[in-house]
Amino acid sequence: MTILDKVTALLGEGAVLEAAPDRVPRVAPGSPDAVALLLGTAHQEGWRVRIEGAGTWLQSDAPADIALTTRRLDRIPAIEPSDLTATAEAGIGLDQLRQQLADRGAWLAIDPPGLAGRTLGSVVSTATAGPLRHGYGPIKDHLLGVTFVTGDGRMVQSGGRVMKNVAGYDLTRVQAGGFGAFGVIVLVHLRLRTLPRADVTYVLEGAREDLTQVGEDIAAAGLTPAALELVSPALARRERWVLAVRLAGSPALVAADEAGLGAASGGGRFAPLRAEEAHAFWMRLAEGFAVRPVTFRIGGVPTASDELLDLLQHQLGDEWISASPAAGAIRWTGDASIDRLQRLRRTLAGQEVPLTLERAPWPLRGAVGHFGAYREGVGPLVAGLRRTFDPGGALVVATEGT
Amino acid sequence: MSSALARDLAAIVGERHVSEARAERFTYAMDGLPTHRRVPDLVVLPGTREELIAVVRLLAALGVPFVPRGAGTGLSGGALADQGTVLLVLTRLNRILQIDNANRRAVVEPGVVNAKLGAAAKPHGLQYAPDPSSQTACTVGGNVAENAGGPHCLKYGVTANHVLALEVLLADGSVVELGSPGGEPWGPDLVGLFVGSEGNFGIATKITVRLTPLPRAIRTLLADFTSIRAAGEAVTTIIASGIVPAALEMMDQSCICAVEDSVYAAGYPRDAAAILLAEIDGRNVDGVVAETEAVTEMLRKSGARSVRSAATEVERERLWQGRKKAFGAMGRLSRDLVVQDAVVPRSALPHVLETICTIAQNYGLVVSNVFHAGDGNLHPNISFDATDPALKQRVEAASAEIMQLCIDAGGTITGEHGVGIDKLRYMHLIFDAESLGAMQAVRRVFDPRELVNPGKVVPIHACREWTSIRNAKFGMRNDTTGFNSAFPIPHSAVEVTR
Ligand SMILES: Cc1cc2nc3c(=O)[nH]c(=O)nc-3n(C[C@H](O)[C@H](O)[C@@H](O)COP(=O)(O)OP(=O)(O)OC[C@H]3O[C@@H](n4cnc5c(N)ncnc54)[C@H](O)[C@@H]3O)c2cc1C
Ligand SMILES: Cc1cc2nc3c(=O)[nH]c(=O)nc-3n(C[C@H](O)[C@H](O)[C@H](O)COP(=O)(O)OP(=O)(O)OC[C@H]3O[C@@H](n4cnc5c(N)ncnc54)[C@H](O)[C@@H]3O)c2cc1C
Repeated sequence: MTILDKVTALLGEGAVLEAAPDRVPRVAPGSPDAVALLLGTAHQEGWRVRIEGAGTWLQSDAPADIALTTRRLDRIPAIEPSDLTATAEAGIGLDQLRQQLADRGAWLAIDPPGLAGRTLGSVVSTATAGPLRHGYGPIKDHLLGVTFVTGDGRMVQSGGRVMKNVAGYDLTRVQAGGFGAFGVIVLVHLRLRTLPRADVTYVLEGAREDLTQVGEDIAAAGLTPAALELVSPALARRERWVLAVRLAGSPALVAADEAGLGAASGGGRFAPLRAEEAHAFWMRLAEGFAVRPVTFRIGGVPTASDELLDLLQHQLGDEWISASPAAGAIRWTGDASIDRLQRLRRTLAGQEVPLTLERAPWPLRGAVGHFGAYREGVGPLVAGLRRTFDPGGALVVATEGT
Repeated sequence: MSSALARDLAAIVGERHVSEARAERFTYAMDGLPTHRRVPDLVVLPGTREELIAVVRLLAALGVPFVPRGAGTGLSGGALADQGTVLLVLTRLNRILQIDNANRRAVVEPGVVNAKLGAAAKPHGLQYAPDPSSQTACTVGGNVAENAGGPHCLKYGVTANHVLALEVLLADGSVVELGSPGGEPWGPDLVGLFVGSEGNFGIATKITVRLTPLPRAIRTLLADFTSIRAAGEAVTTIIASGIVPAALEMMDQSCICAVEDSVYAAGYPRDAAAILLAEIDGRNVDGVVAETEAVTEMLRKSGARSVRSAATEVERERLWQGRKKAFGAMGRLSRDLVVQDAVVPRSALPHVLETICTIAQNYGLVVSNVFHAGDGNLHPNISFDATDPALKQRVEAASAEIMQLCIDAGGTITGEHGVGIDKLRYMHLIFDAESLGAMQAVRRVFDPRELVNPGKVVPIHACREWTSIRNAKFGMRNDTTGFNSAFPIPHSAVEVTR
């Protein structure tokens, strides 16, 4: 019996999709239980499994015997607008989820890079936050709990559906940013906000140093933008660097911040974008990170942002960069060799700045790893967690590189 | 426990800082919860990080279990040490190591008192936002271990949202650095995993936290209601409106009277069925004024008898003092107090609060509610006298019924106080055996011998054994360890009641 025969017997014909470009059989379990059944079997049979969402972010090129895609796990079991919580399966596209939430007046305040149809599971597992992290925090701050299936087919729940929860250890934290190395996320409990009644974007073009200063002035003036993003000319498709400010919330709060913006702009003039322009601007920014071969993020303290941008420019070129200076978060995309990335990661590690490889073709991903250059003692903990959640090593994930 | 061990420990920390005498050890037999009591064999108070490391290395070499303890204000029995266990009190490690104004962060030792950190940040125009009501006593280390919350966590988030990096002393005596100063993890979020692990993954020896700018405008409102249901509905209305108050706290009549009878009398109306304390703050004065108007209107429409705004800073502090000292005031009601900490979806508040009243009536008990309403985090407290065995039984039955009510509403058993030993018996109500087994397995990654704070958080009896690590070596999967997760944990096994 081939692997495909066994999978068909196990989950039915409907679960087998067209093979991946590299002819690896692609399997789409239709329920969390089916994911557990499949991974339990994979563990017993010694199959290597690569995890896919909708197939828009990472290339489906990890060496594997089957590709498990979550795309049929696309239900939204609960939206509770009065509690501002929702529960969604991991394979739901972010665009679909966003639409359904908006219909109920609710909002998930994240804007990760990538295409609109990226799955919720992939956003959680890669912990990729976008410009809104400035006002609403990293991905993990939006999670109330997750249910995941381990590499040997066990279903584990962590966290819950309510706003505060300290019952037991918070295993959700291992899944957020785990890149699937500690299991397949099947269900996510989310913390929502109400859809902002006012949502405006302003942009200012200028030299990077000047814009950095304006950003600091805005913070010092007591404004509380939802996003305050510094974007490189190539990525913004403009002549010079762009500082984009997004104000979102109640009309009263937004109006008050708009009034303060002019005063903080150091003589430069912020230009408001029309609603369609603003939408296109932020969308282009997100999609820009899904087209070049390599994407990574780094995180340092806010005052180091300038120096870190210089370092990237110097070592890799600054073509496609987006940064939330006040959050100390920078994302870069372009083309880079294994050697350069490894060197950059070591240099940054010396400054206590982690580099997380978010997206790259397998040969590079496998060699560099999503994470690495750990502080002393961290490696054994990560390895221990990996053994705990994937004892047979069924899940093919380039955690630490070779 | 051998006095040779006491001697060796004294050689590290000095004789004055090792307690062997029974009377001294008794001081540490309880935490903030009076219902559990355990006397440690030895108490050690290291004075520096280096002493602490040396102590743990010695204990690890001997295989002696130990329990870290901050100020001992915990409300789940987490900082209690059994016989054969050494209690490590961390209150002498109380230095604020750095306040980085430009990057808005601070680095502290674990024994720093929460309010002291706040006071040190204030001259820089910054605050440490998590503000448990016990903040004048509890330590940041204890806050990290419990993932403590507080009234203002509704807007600003709980401890987990404010810890960027940690230095952790593992149970084997090795030191690891988790996270980075910017908050970005090196791989999986081990800082987030450690926060709330109740001292089961090691001892936090250095803590880097995020500070936030102090608000420029604050408005504090006191609204009073003639029914608990109406107060609960007001909370739901405000939350659904999208305005996020800095705090939204509720107290019921029994609690109001306890406060008003104490030295912390805040001028709460005694005849109200419930009061809401709502605070709106922000960096933008106009915005705060507009939101305060909107919230006032919502409170009125929800049936508030009156809505009063604190006119001065003194009045505001008085209103908050009453809230923050409410637990202490309730302690005066009777000899013993059961403190619960369930969380429910906010829209369930009116129903749950009403049903709690009914349960209390059915059992003939006094239940006082004081809680973080905006988060749905309830603290129904039952005052009683534990020397009356029949009464004690009724209290236990009522507690279990209240807990089940909250779980049935979609909630959880603890929102900020932690599991410790107090809520071990409820864990199987919300987690299946597989999930509990996973937690236990993760604990063993950090502490394979289970030396640090043994017997807390995870009810071992209820875990499905996580044996796959061993079995994987033989290429087989263990499917035979099926376990009945509804197995009740005998009460006597998890607590000793005074
Ligand atoms: C614009 C575009 C360009 C493309 N270019 C290429 C190409 O150059 N080469 C090529 O081979 N294919 C390409 N493809 C196809 C596509 O990348 C792959 O087919 C796709 O299957 C891989 O995406 P993914 O599922 O890994 O992405 P995502 O769904 O974004 O997943 C990203 C990461 O999250 C993890 N993950 C996802 N869901 C979960 C979960 N529920 N739990 C735990 N972890 C999870 C995954 O393991 C992965 O690490 C392209 C597709 C598009 C739309
Ligand atoms: C009147 C009163 C009001 C309260 N209000 C609130 C509130 O509003 N919100 C809230 O969340 N809690 C509240 N609490 C509970 C309690 O104050 C918190 O849980 C607090 O975080 C405990 O801190 P502590 O220093 O007293 O810790 P302890 O009680 O000494 O210890 C608590 C746990 O932390 C572990 N621990 C301590 N230090 C460390 C360390 N450095 N590393 C690892 N583990 C460690 C201990 O082993 C134990 O498991 C209140 C308590 C009281 C008495």
